[in-house]
Amino acid sequence: MVAAGDDHSDRGAALTIREVSHRFDLDRQPLPVLDRISLHIGRGEFVALLGPSGCGKSTLLRLVAGLDMPSAGHLLVEDEGIAGPDPSRVVVFQDPTLYPWRTVWRNVALGLEARGLLRMHRARVADALRLVGLAGFANAYPHQLSGGMAQRAALARALVNDPKLLILDEPLGQLDSLTRLTMQGELVSLWQRAGFTALLVTHDVEEALFLAGRVIVLSERPAHVRAEIVNELPYPRHRGDPHLAELRHQVFAHLGLDAGW
Amino acid sequence: MSSSAADEVSSRPRAASGFAASVAARSLLGPSAAVAAWLGAALLTAFWPDKPDGDWGYTGDFAALCAVVALVVALAAIAAARFAGMRRVRRAAPWLSALALFIAGWETVTAKLGWLPLPFFPPPQAILEALIDDWARLGQGTIASFRLLATGYLVGAAVGFAAGVAIGWSRLAAYWIHPVLRFIGPLPATAWLPFAFFVFPSSFSASIFLIALATGFPVTVLTWSGVAGVSGAYYDIARTLGASQRFLVLKVAIPAAMPYVFVGLFMGLANSFAVLVVAEMLGVKAGLGWYLQWAQGWAAYANMYAALLIMACLCSGLITLLFRLRDRLLSWQKGLVRW
Repeated sequence: MVAAGDDHSDRGAALTIREVSHRFDLDRQPLPVLDRISLHIGRGEFVALLGPSGCGKSTLLRLVAGLDMPSAGHLLVEDEGIAGPDPSRVVVFQDPTLYPWRTVWRNVALGLEARGLLRMHRARVADALRLVGLAGFANAYPHQLSGGMAQRAALARALVNDPKLLILDEPLGQLDSLTRLTMQGELVSLWQRAGFTALLVTHDVEEALFLAGRVIVLSERPAHVRAEIVNELPYPRHRGDPHLAELRHQVFAHLGLDAGW
Repeated sequence: MSSSAADEVSSRPRAASGFAASVAARSLLGPSAAVAAWLGAALLTAFWPDKPDGDWGYTGDFAALCAVVALVVALAAIAAARFAGMRRVRRAAPWLSALALFIAGWETVTAKLGWLPLPFFPPPQAILEALIDDWARLGQGTIASFRLLATGYLVGAAVGFAAGVAIGWSRLAAYWIHPVLRFIGPLPATAWLPFAFFVFPSSFSASIFLIALATGFPVTVLTWSGVAGVSGAYYDIARTLGASQRFLVLKVAIPAAMPYVFVGLFMGLANSFAVLVVAEMLGVKAGLGWYLQWAQGWAAYANMYAALLIMACLCSGLITLLFRLRDRLLSWQKGLVRW
């Protein structure tokens, strides 16, 4: 098993997705998006969901976050059903969605403030900012940040809550390629240090393989699990590793793009 | 051509200081013109005799006032040149000059030449006279108007804000309040005037009701659309971080809607001025609106202009105050929106 280390395994939460289906009602016409997805993610594991855009990956994440309820099936965190959002499962969305009227510090403090913990744990805000390299920007407003910095602030806003499950919805999708590579490396080291379970949605094959211990390939809508690729390469990984190229080849084959490879 | 390099270098600072001096001189041009214009207005008022049938008692005082303005502008320019803030003085200078020219022209066609018919167009010194001789009544009127306006506006803004948040947030509130708003809101508040004056115990409370109504409608509508327009992603973020409904309303919906709320507050303030004047003209026996009516009844047009002048100062002062408040509360917007 590729894990962040056994000493961390108590900090992450296990997630079980059992026979989950979901559909939207568009003009009274049901639109199925998820088709009987089953998945188990162990404590402290880093799993990537990979699939064509619009296949329903983000919908699955919203179910895991508790923002929506599935049409059928069960989602369990540590054998307990997901009934709504919970600060132990935090989402980092594709768009950083920082509140423009709050400074970076107050944005990061949001979760603590919402739960009435801010007075007790003020120091955690500064810790989280330091963790993502934004210590000097506590008093900046979001519009003063670059895209990468804003996404880092969003990451800090999630991490300050000490999540057991970090849900990453294409968090690096809008960054330029250089920032993206840097942040991928930072994400891995954050995950290794903090020991949370990470569930990443992406449509970037390289990113999925570089970050995750297991890559779940989903089909087109309605999404079902098409393949599962285990990547046992130890961290920190090297992008030029021939094994990664081999795995990439496999993934593309599952996505039906093997001709060019 | 034979000058040495050393000469060339030493000549540079001199050229630079000459340049700086010419810039300084040019920057003083505007303020100097303004001072001259006000001084000119003062001299014109003082030394060109009034038309004999005018009989204006305060011509000398008005000339002195113009001279004082000239002096103040001169002192401000000197202080600004010495310290900081020259840009503000320079920016204001053309307007100050234009104002002096306007007053001189007005003085000429009224008191000096008598081209404009009396009593409808009194000279500026007549307005000064009204301000000085009737200051007690004008002051009381101003206070009365301000009290009425402030009370009505604050009540209307508070109720409108609460109603707007309720409609934007709660489906139940939207179901019950929205149709009422749709039906009654577009009705001009002044249409309620006859109703208000017999339902309420005093004309003061009736006017508060009318002003609150005029303020409340735009504040409600804009607060509502502000709250309704808050991005769902903001709520998702807060919900995944464990926010309660109360937190979502107070810390997410309301701050996000504030830019809209302020648009509503500005519109409400403009509406409230209109209703204030109408209410004071038709029912309330005090205030600047009442004074306007009263002065017109006595054909005291100078007093009417004096009241108008005060009213303009009051209204624009309140608008400025609201702008300041917005700038303070919404300073985070500065990087996002052009003001």
